[in-house]
Amino acid sequence: MTSVGTPLERQDARAKVTGTATYAYEHRVEGVLYAWPVTSTVAKGRVVDIDMDSAMATPGVVAVLHADNAARLETNIDLGPVQQASVPELFVLQSKKIAYRGQIVAAVIASSAEAAREGAEKLVVHCEEQAHDVVFRARDPRAYVPSVLGDLGPGNVNRGDADAALEAAEVVVDVAYSTPAQLPHPMEPHSTLASWTEGRLTLYSSEQGPSNTSQAFAALLAMDADDVEVVCDYVGGGFGAKAAPRPPAVLAVLAAKLVGRPVKVAWNRRLMTAHATYRSPTAQRIRLGADGQGKLSAIVHEAQHMTSALSDYVDQTASSARMMYAAEHARTTATAVRLDVPSAGWMRGPGETPGMFGLECAMDELAHRLDLDPIELRIRNEPEVDPSDGKPFSSRNLVACLQTGAEQFGWVSRDRRPGTRRHGRWLVGTGVAASRYPVFTVPSRASATAETDGTFTVAIGAVDIGTGSRTVLAQIAADALEVPVARVRLDLGRASYSAAAFAGASLGTASWGWAVDKAGRVLRDRLRDGAPLGTTVDVDTTEEVSAMRDVSRNAYGAQFAEVKVDAVTGQIRVERMLGVFAAGRIINPRTARSQLIGGMIMGIGGTLMEAADIDETFGDFVQSDLAGYHFPTHADIGDIDVVMLPETDDELSPVGGKGIGEIGVVGAAAAVANAVHHATGRRFRDLPLRLEDLRNASPASMSLHQSLR
Amino acid sequence: MKTDHTSEVTLRINGTEEKVLVDHRVTLLDLLRDRLGLTGTKKGCDHGQCGACTVLLNGRRANSCLKLAVAAEGATVVTIEGVADLTEGDGLHPLQEAFVANDAMQCGYCTPGQICSALGALAEADAGWPSHVTPDVTAGVKSASELGAEEIRERMSGNLCRCGAYHGIVAAITQVASGSNR
Repeated sequence: MTSVGTPLERQDARAKVTGTATYAYEHRVEGVLYAWPVTSTVAKGRVVDIDMDSAMATPGVVAVLHADNAARLETNIDLGPVQQASVPELFVLQSKKIAYRGQIVAAVIASSAEAAREGAEKLVVHCEEQAHDVVFRARDPRAYVPSVLGDLGPGNVNRGDADAALEAAEVVVDVAYSTPAQLPHPMEPHSTLASWTEGRLTLYSSEQGPSNTSQAFAALLAMDADDVEVVCDYVGGGFGAKAAPRPPAVLAVLAAKLVGRPVKVAWNRRLMTAHATYRSPTAQRIRLGADGQGKLSAIVHEAQHMTSALSDYVDQTASSARMMYAAEHARTTATAVRLDVPSAGWMRGPGETPGMFGLECAMDELAHRLDLDPIELRIRNEPEVDPSDGKPFSSRNLVACLQTGAEQFGWVSRDRRPGTRRHGRWLVGTGVAASRYPVFTVPSRASATAETDGTFTVAIGAVDIGTGSRTVLAQIAADALEVPVARVRLDLGRASYSAAAFAGASLGTASWGWAVDKAGRVLRDRLRDGAPLGTTVDVDTTEEVSAMRDVSRNAYGAQFAEVKVDAVTGQIRVERMLGVFAAGRIINPRTARSQLIGGMIMGIGGTLMEAADIDETFGDFVQSDLAGYHFPTHADIGDIDVVMLPETDDELSPVGGKGIGEIGVVGAAAAVANAVHHATGRRFRDLPLRLEDLRNASPASMSLHQSLR
Repeated sequence: MKTDHTSEVTLRINGTEEKVLVDHRVTLLDLLRDRLGLTGTKKGCDHGQCGACTVLLNGRRANSCLKLAVAAEGATVVTIEGVADLTEGDGLHPLQEAFVANDAMQCGYCTPGQICSALGALAEADAGWPSHVTPDVTAGVKSASELGAEEIRERMSGNLCRCGAYHGIVAAITQVASGSNR
């Protein structure tokens, strides 16, 4: 009786296609009020005065929330190393200082959303403006090396003598790449319904981590975490934006506290740009040193980011470069420039996504320089052990991914010469890149109950943000209990179900699944030993997780893209794409396939269209809605296919999976950009690859006249 | 009570007549979600840029965030909650079944809009309407059953999905467009 490995129908598919799935804002409580934020119109300064008369005179307006009447939050809080970076943005209305344009400076609370918004329009906030600095420039002399990055590794890592090795190398590739700020933009904007009842707080909130959010608010409000319930039955996507509580949830809590009634807050798309985190822009320089056969001797990857006046968060953009390939000498350095901008944070595949764009394009450039197949170049540099620390790999099937993909994609017959294929007005090319995402496993708790009707209830404070966790955890539970999945009820989405990891860093299924598996097995054994129906067991995987061996765990993949570039207009179309991934055991091939394809589509968006530019004058993002910030729609996406290589890895959690939420994004941009080079013969190193940059993209050997023929 | 700021409007929503007093600032979307409890229709951008709020308004697909409720007097509205009732029997609409079968969703937030939009798109094709990619725009198309993937992708491009479920959505719509069970 094995449910794991079967393409079970998504457990909440029917709720989603009938509109009965209930998202945060859609919960109803009696006497609810609505809050609408007022945000700063200056990038740096302080609030000196607020004129509230006109706002308060607006019919329906109940109160104005501002720094002088907002409840004081605890300032000295510790949410652990991963979540701590989100803390500074939680101090909503705790000071009159303005650190970026778009920061919340007040809010209007009213009996309807329309009245709150009208009141907010009428609120006059007087600010003292100071000169701001918001421009991100490559090679900024003020860039500092952070002590810790998003992956909790150091900013600078050095092995051997990379400079000397570069000096001595037969072939050196020395190239600069840039990636823009990108916005997660989940389809459901942040929304929270905050309700206080007899000293207990309930948040119906759009979050990637009900447990984390409960713990964060308990800390901010000096409460017991058991008194902060967080309900996330359905969450309309996250992509990092909801991986920690954000200002909208704090605003709902402060507003509800001020008026003593439940308050709903729903961000609109425009507000999402300042408070939903974003992927920092990067300015990268990569140097590869190799011998004439392509054997790497040195890799130097430097990546500059931006941070805000409030936050020190910096992506692990350069971390992949020190472990992907077997170079004896390597130096990876992440730096950051502090600017008066909103705070950067996680976005799907943080660090790995922009970093592997640079590294995998540079590998393609090296292969081209050596007139070597780019797959062969990677095979020649395949390491035996993790080059960054000498640890054995739990499993590493990058080469198998590359070779399987080459076969299925039709790579074998590829003519390496760039800029030589055309069909009518289209220049055609193909590209390849490697993908890699680390495996994280963190402790979780779960409970399992044998119900008197013969069914089982398994509860965990996990969440399904669209990944399919509701489905795969039910499959894992069914196998652990040795019953059909139809007899398992899987409850998730509430902090009170038991402390669990957040849905982020592709760690959910492995971490939650371990706790669910353990709960199921323990209950099964208890029942066999004669425990009565009605028995509940609670388990915790802290001990098991800390006993994991110290090895290098990563998922790998290879992405292939075929593009066509209009020789005159520069329009790029991704005609087809293939991703081959080795990510351990696949719990549900149906939902896994959807997630991997979805990642690749986000990768296409990041390559061809997604960019948020800071306005130098005003200091916030120019692309403040979905008409300005483009991500792929139906017509942008051609044929995409995914192959999941069977992979057994005994060094993982008993679930056996490595996590697939992010690896689909990683490497996609490089595959597409390398295909564009193959099509046009020209290198484009700055994302997104825009039409205006590719106009008259014909290879130098073709004249415009020829192009038009 | 009708005032300078409110009006009484009557709409037919999922087959039921609803007489409601609306604030003139209230959109059809907010009327559905906040006043009538029909939260299956989603708010993704409130700007007519994402399609999550798509409903069938007098038989045609429309972004309900761009329609003031007071301007919808007398309209017939079908939301996701009423889609299953468009076909005989107790089950789901074939398009809803096809979305389930093709895993045409992840987070589900754009799903109701995708389904309502697809129903509108199929009806447009059955009426012969061309799209930007129709080879002969004056001739249009014969019916939805001849729509290929490229036509469906073009016609569905007003509905964004950030999870990237496009693959399954196009498969689901293709399956229903080519079938006889609409």
